[in-house]
Amino acid sequence: MKYSVFAAAILSASAAYAETPELTVYTYDSFVSDWGPGPAVEKAFEAQCGCDLKLIGAGDGAALLARVKLEGARSQADVVLGLDTNLTAAAAATGLFAEHGVQAEYSLPVAWEDAYFAPYDWGYFAFVHNADAVSVPTDFKALGASDVKIVIQDPRSSTPGLGLLMWVKAAYGDEAPAIWADLADNVVTVTKGWSEAYGLFLEGEADMVLSYTTSPAYHLIAEEDGSKAAAAFAEGHYLQVEVAGILAASDQPELAKDFMNFMVSEEFQSIIPTTNWMYPAVTPSAGLPEGFETLITPAKSLLLSADEAAALRDGALGEWLDALSQ
Amino acid sequence: MIVAALILGTLLAVALRAEAGRGFGASDWAALRFTLTQATLSAVLSVGLAIGLARALARRRFWGRSALIALLGAPFILPVIVAILGLLTVFGRAGWISQILMIFGLDPLQIYGLHGVVLAHVFFNLPLATRLILQGWQEIPAERFRLAAQVNAGPGAIWQLLEAPMLRRVVPGALAVVFAICLSSFAVALTLGGGPRATTLELAIYQAFRFDFDLGRAALLSAVQLGLTGIAGFVALRVSDKDGVGAGLDRVLRRWDGETPLARCIDLAWIGFAALFLILPLSAVVVSGLSGLVLLGASVWVAALNSVLVAGLSTVLLLSLALPMAAAVALGRSTLIEVAGILGLAASPLVIGTGLFIVIYPVADPFELALPVTALVNAVMALPFALRILVPRAREVMLRYGRLSLSLDMAGTPFLWRVFLPRMRAQIGFAAGLAAALSMGDLGVITLFADPEVATLPLQVYRLMGAYQMEAAAGAALVLLILSMGAFWILDRGGRWHAEA
Repeated sequence: MKYSVFAAAILSASAAYAETPELTVYTYDSFVSDWGPGPAVEKAFEAQCGCDLKLIGAGDGAALLARVKLEGARSQADVVLGLDTNLTAAAAATGLFAEHGVQAEYSLPVAWEDAYFAPYDWGYFAFVHNADAVSVPTDFKALGASDVKIVIQDPRSSTPGLGLLMWVKAAYGDEAPAIWADLADNVVTVTKGWSEAYGLFLEGEADMVLSYTTSPAYHLIAEEDGSKAAAAFAEGHYLQVEVAGILAASDQPELAKDFMNFMVSEEFQSIIPTTNWMYPAVTPSAGLPEGFETLITPAKSLLLSADEAAALRDGALGEWLDALSQ
Repeated sequence: MIVAALILGTLLAVALRAEAGRGFGASDWAALRFTLTQATLSAVLSVGLAIGLARALARRRFWGRSALIALLGAPFILPVIVAILGLLTVFGRAGWISQILMIFGLDPLQIYGLHGVVLAHVFFNLPLATRLILQGWQEIPAERFRLAAQVNAGPGAIWQLLEAPMLRRVVPGALAVVFAICLSSFAVALTLGGGPRATTLELAIYQAFRFDFDLGRAALLSAVQLGLTGIAGFVALRVSDKDGVGAGLDRVLRRWDGETPLARCIDLAWIGFAALFLILPLSAVVVSGLSGLVLLGASVWVAALNSVLVAGLSTVLLLSLALPMAAAVALGRSTLIEVAGILGLAASPLVIGTGLFIVIYPVADPFELALPVTALVNAVMALPFALRILVPRAREVMLRYGRLSLSLDMAGTPFLWRVFLPRMRAQIGFAAGLAAALSMGDLGVITLFADPEVATLPLQVYRLMGAYQMEAAAGAALVLLILSMGAFWILDRGGRWHAEA
């Protein structure tokens, strides 16, 4: 008698467990960290879907894509969240993604028409400096002409690094090599990723670092430190739009679509500004947190389309290597 | 066999998975040239300085000597980014030395460039090389020094008769090890190199994976790297002298040479300079981490526990691999085993990790195997160092006590238990400590197999940095430093207990 009750309990427990569908989302490491959006997103989504949301950090944006390619169609992931527009062409070319079918009123500075990837946040790349800096350049040419020391990231191993490459290319086109040649003597060093570069800047190794216009917001809001500011450049700033996509081979397509819709909904978007420190793709009805209004808003937003970015990438990298290897 | 399978097999897995890619381009040749240049410079400088330092340490007995020797293990086991930030706090443009220079109106120190890369490599490898060479000094039995004192041999004679032959045995191995480490260095070259001029092969491999997903090119570059290390290792093994210095009776070591004021001054200068060079950046890490300690959450402590577990597993695996290998080499069975050991140094963790991932993925869920796989790969990566530490000593033991043991019919297990292992205790402790510390600081493999719930401490440091939490990251790095040093010191001290160090 006892045993059959025990067995029945176990069986029903496992059956109940098996009924909770599991949605696996691959994303980048800073999303899943305790200070990132991960925990809040997981709580909010699990409350409304009755499922088990698993967020798995797989490095950063480019590592994410490499991981997906490595796993191929047999990947256990259902959704990939954290690619950016420089990677979407390559991601779409793998044929592993399915159309997401999400419709929303995006608050992006540019129109969004990608059927395979939906944006969840965006930001402007900018050079961040100490607010009390004496001379702050107002465009790339002024930066090249000055002796302000900057630290940047390697485009081959970092998405902001690649963003800077595309920024110069989008703003200057064929003049890009000349701009890079001028910048070569300003560059203190080139780091592997954003963390190292930002760490170096905070240590005082350079006067400016390539980061986002929203970085000062972090210091202002979380640390109550108003000492950082972003430099506004006259050519405009390049956008980083972070996107998510559904994998075609997912075993939970309906749940994945639910997640994508959740992603552009009020709940998710209101978590983003103070955890991911980027602008939300759909501005929440309560608006942006206090402190965001102090951030610079570029006059012009630059963004190459996914295909253009993919086509220009290798050439731009070659120019960058030539200029900085002198 | 396992080692070769792991390294070469994973390379093969990656190569087979590759589609047709670009071949060896112009930028790759530049990467190769830079890699060779900085590796050679770093190796020569590290070992050269290490000889002087080891000599000074071997001659002197002073208060805090064993603490300094234990501290010599620290820079090597620090996670690279932590150590770089520490170095920059001291030597960087806004570092302590630059600030002092600016008070005198001079320009701040320019650390970025080839010299910066070499400086960082010397910081990492000088202590390790010193320990390895100091071990060589320990090999010389006390009786020799007694004899030298009896015939009133001066420093020159001691050098010629005792020290130079010993160095001929030990230095090529140390050179090969440091060369191989610097060959596969990645973050140092990128951060301190100052730009894409300073690209190493390892970085090219990383980019081939991440930027182009060109597995064929990654495999090719990795093969080149392995080839270079193989050549270096082979040359080193051929050049080093295999004969020992003879047996001793384990008397307490006393030295009568080097008592002149000049010798004292020189030794003091060496030790003082080295101590300063090592301690300043380490203290920078400690100071910046202290304020971050209070900010650490539960996730960091869980990650710390995971790290300790993985390190423990790694160490056990390592010892079970290394001791038989060392014994086999000491018996003169095979030079191939020694070369296989050195290969582990140049194998890129990225290639091994990816290869393992490709192999495991069709068969099992990688996340479940994350910790054991990490432990295994860490063990294999630490194997070369362990062998460098264990092999010379194993050879000595075999040479001195082999025949005696045979004549007492002590072959096999009794020999192992009563003679081999006890005599090797100090080296086993050192190797185990190094393996544990290296494993704790390792970042390479875990990233492919990681699960948010199963983070190790270095991964947690990176995640914190990526979330703007620089102070907390510094705190976590300090915890990592304490744990690594703690593990290293416990194992090392345990081995050196009552043994001459």
